[in-house]
Amino acid sequence: MATENLFSQTRTRNGPTADRPRRSGADHPMWFLLPALAVLVVFFFTPTLYNFIYAFTDWSSFKSAINNVGLSNFADLLQSGSLLADLRITLIYAVLVAIFQNLFGLILALVFERDTHINRFARVAFFVPVVMSALAVGYIFQAMLKPEGALNSILSFFTRQPVSIAWLGSTTWTIVVVALIHSWKWMGLSMLIYLAGLKTINEDLIDAARLDGASWWNTFRYIRFPLLAPAITFNVATALLGSMNGFDIVQATTGGGPGGSTELLNIFIFRTFGQGLFAQATTMSLVLFAMITLLAFPVIRFLRKREEVL
Amino acid sequence: MTRTVPRPRSRFRARNLAQPTIALLLMVFLLGVPFWLVVVTAGKNQAEALNPSLTLPTKWNLLENFSQVIQDGRMVTAFFGSLVIMVPSVLGVLILGSMASWILGRRKDKRTSFIYALGISGIVLPPAVVTIVLLLRQMGLAGTVPGMIGVYMGMYMSTVIFFVTGFVRTIPYELEEAARVDGAGPVGIFIRIILPLLGPTLATATILICLYIWNDVFYALFVIGGRIDTLPLNLYQVASAGLYLQNWHLIFAYIVLMSLPLLITFAVMQRKIISGITGGAVK
Repeated sequence: MATENLFSQTRTRNGPTADRPRRSGADHPMWFLLPALAVLVVFFFTPTLYNFIYAFTDWSSFKSAINNVGLSNFADLLQSGSLLADLRITLIYAVLVAIFQNLFGLILALVFERDTHINRFARVAFFVPVVMSALAVGYIFQAMLKPEGALNSILSFFTRQPVSIAWLGSTTWTIVVVALIHSWKWMGLSMLIYLAGLKTINEDLIDAARLDGASWWNTFRYIRFPLLAPAITFNVATALLGSMNGFDIVQATTGGGPGGSTELLNIFIFRTFGQGLFAQATTMSLVLFAMITLLAFPVIRFLRKREEVL
Repeated sequence: MTRTVPRPRSRFRARNLAQPTIALLLMVFLLGVPFWLVVVTAGKNQAEALNPSLTLPTKWNLLENFSQVIQDGRMVTAFFGSLVIMVPSVLGVLILGSMASWILGRRKDKRTSFIYALGISGIVLPPAVVTIVLLLRQMGLAGTVPGMIGVYMGMYMSTVIFFVTGFVRTIPYELEEAARVDGAGPVGIFIRIILPLLGPTLATATILICLYIWNDVFYALFVIGGRIDTLPLNLYQVASAGLYLQNWHLIFAYIVLMSLPLLITFAVMQRKIISGITGGAVK
């Protein structure tokens, strides 16, 4: 299964096995496409299209009529500061998650690289959080990180003095803590992708470098790390997409607080939807759509270009 | 995997001991502590669990907590609710997606590549979660199982089309041609030649999509929240129920029970799952 090739598949499109079909018309009838297309159009593209309509209305649970109100939803959200604040928070969260998740994943992959019994067990163990519900992971860490919780008591034990840090109570640093939790949940997946990437690197290359006297760090920095480019592309892209669409972990740990400092776009959408302010929620959903569209494609293109240079 | 590179003896030995030590420490602190917290808290009574700590419960209350949370969290209904939504969603998206992918992987005209680009756009684009509720209401599917199934199918169709189309392109054209000469039509060729070959690819897609749907709470909250029980939805309810006091013993008992089916499946199939997810890279 070519997870590695998620963003580089166009390269192999005209590979040697893909012969040009001769009588494609009747042999591969177009009606095979119809059911899948119907599902996509009804359940994916129509709601997306609706986003562009209902973001400009006063649709809410308080009245049955829906009227066009132009840009006033955007104006309201700009004025209240939610729009820019939540966009900023979502972006910071996404960047932090992309950094942490890849850093942890890469470190784990390097630590567990050799095929020993312990390492094989560890790889499976670190994949368990990936399998678990993100909501459950959020609750576990909410309990761990309470001021009188488990992490502080471990820290008190090692520092021999009472520690009572409110890990989830800082308007500045809690976003970092929550991004770390998100990365903890998904680092096992990044680890696996990096392990697979490391396995594809030709051993002779490293042995040659070692014989020339290169240290472990130098072989990593100048040979193995550059050759991991496709794995990095996949991991960074999935981490960015996953965190920009994030909800469960933040909802379970902080619910957007303290003081709205961890309010991702999806948290805002869920909260305003629950209040019956459907048009506001739709407007923010459109903002999320625009942000991902504007960011994801350039990022993927940039990462792919890096691959080609190397 | 032994490297035959000469190395100073002492450093070699030090690293031989250092690596397992680091590996064990990482596992104890990064995984052991959180999971230990879950298990001991799930075994405590309400008073002891008020402030979740790593200490052992004075008296194990695990089974009582399990039975209470199965009842309060309506876990049996929720388990079947999750199942009734996940199974048709996964089957549907795999079958319809494979059918489309076969055509998309074989035809080479402009129109097909346009449909392919459209088909995989959902990998990146986020679903319009608010307006989908409106659409479902207009269709009379709001808060229903078929509505939720449709939403999940729409969300993961792109993933299936992407993976399967990539694989279809690697299937030699001659295999189809041979069956065609024997007089098989497109339906026969798809069912007897293509589908069996897609096995491993579909297995991986199944694992990934099952994971996402089984654990999803965000989209479920919008579409079926409060109307149909699923395991994550009911966990959310159990956890949100204590307005002033978190019932940590119940939350963690719920988490243990809820994670068991996934963990057992994972434990049984871990080799297949892990090699399935990374297999393409390790050729």
